[in-house]
Amino acid sequence: MSADSNDGLSRRGFLAISAATLGGVMLAPGIRLIEIAGARAPEQAVSGQVRWGLLIDTNKCAPGCDDCVKACATENGIKATGHPRTDAQWIRKVELKDMRTGRAHSAPVMCQHCEHPPCVDVCPTGASFKRADGIVLVDRHICIGCRYCMMACPYKARSIVFEEVTNQNPDVPRGKGCVEGCTLCVHRIDREQQPACVEACTKAGHNAMIFGDLNDPQSDIAQRVAKYASTQIRADLRLNPGVRYQGL
Amino acid sequence: MIGNRTGALAGRIAHAVCLLALLLPVLAFSSDRVPKPVIDIDKPGKCVEDTATMRREHPDMLKHQRDLTMHEGIRTRKYSLKECVQCHASSKTGSVLGQKGFCQSCHEYASVKIDCFSCHASKPKPASGAKP
Repeated sequence: MSADSNDGLSRRGFLAISAATLGGVMLAPGIRLIEIAGARAPEQAVSGQVRWGLLIDTNKCAPGCDDCVKACATENGIKATGHPRTDAQWIRKVELKDMRTGRAHSAPVMCQHCEHPPCVDVCPTGASFKRADGIVLVDRHICIGCRYCMMACPYKARSIVFEEVTNQNPDVPRGKGCVEGCTLCVHRIDREQQPACVEACTKAGHNAMIFGDLNDPQSDIAQRVAKYASTQIRADLRLNPGVRYQGL
Repeated sequence: MIGNRTGALAGRIAHAVCLLALLLPVLAFSSDRVPKPVIDIDKPGKCVEDTATMRREHPDMLKHQRDLTMHEGIRTRKYSLKECVQCHASSKTGSVLGQKGFCQSCHEYASVKIDCFSCHASKPKPASGAKP
């Protein structure tokens, strides 16, 4: 009898502990949840269950601030070559103004990681592709530098590298003659980190960018997208970009 | 008639033997004329496979791994180029390229062009970097 009640208690105790642990996971801030959702072993392939996305709050994005652009350049080894007109541009700040009301916006624009990417449709070699988790990439091993994707992209998100590149970041190979664009910092995502732009924005206290899994209802980004109005740039093209904007 | 023919054949064989005998010292010395690749291994220890396999199969290993990494996000370290560079970079130049670099010296000897390093870093990530 006593043994039985002890057993019951311990089982109840175990259940209580597991419930508490689960609650802890749920209550933790967004980053923690993203980590759990994205956690996979290095030998495991990316899953189509995940759809990585960005939510950019233009109300919090200050005009003239380029912390995200700088962080991107540092992380991906993009250096000025002295020819700004042809330098690679993975992310840029766009300033918008409604001429009737005078309301100004500022927002970073990068590859929008479309669900139906035109750059993939037009690529003659299959170098431009969409990874299972929704990240649109260029496989430089296959890219012939024809720049068809640059023409097809409605967001002007891709650049071609015109000059030899040296001292690359070992995680981000880049070279002359290939088209490139924002990778959502895929090398960082694969080790459960956030893209460099998002990290820099959060670190500087702007909190204008959120990164996460749009398919995971528990993630910060999915909850915000469900709660607040957000728009996609050129939504009329029905490409369903993974990058969304708030306050545009 | 037949005797003549055999005679001619024997003459030819003799000629060939003479020629080979003359050439032998040249052939023996020829290995000195082309400098052998410098294979400096700063970090002695085992590579991911035995030496014979590595010599023959490393391009296939790298090519297989690159497709897995690029398209499926599989970033295992065993056959990754980053790890090759990490281990084989010279302690003097910090690179796998250069006259005595691990990759370049051998590929130059074999007259094989390596395109890897027009995009990939030929030096490992500096340890002082803030990023892990």
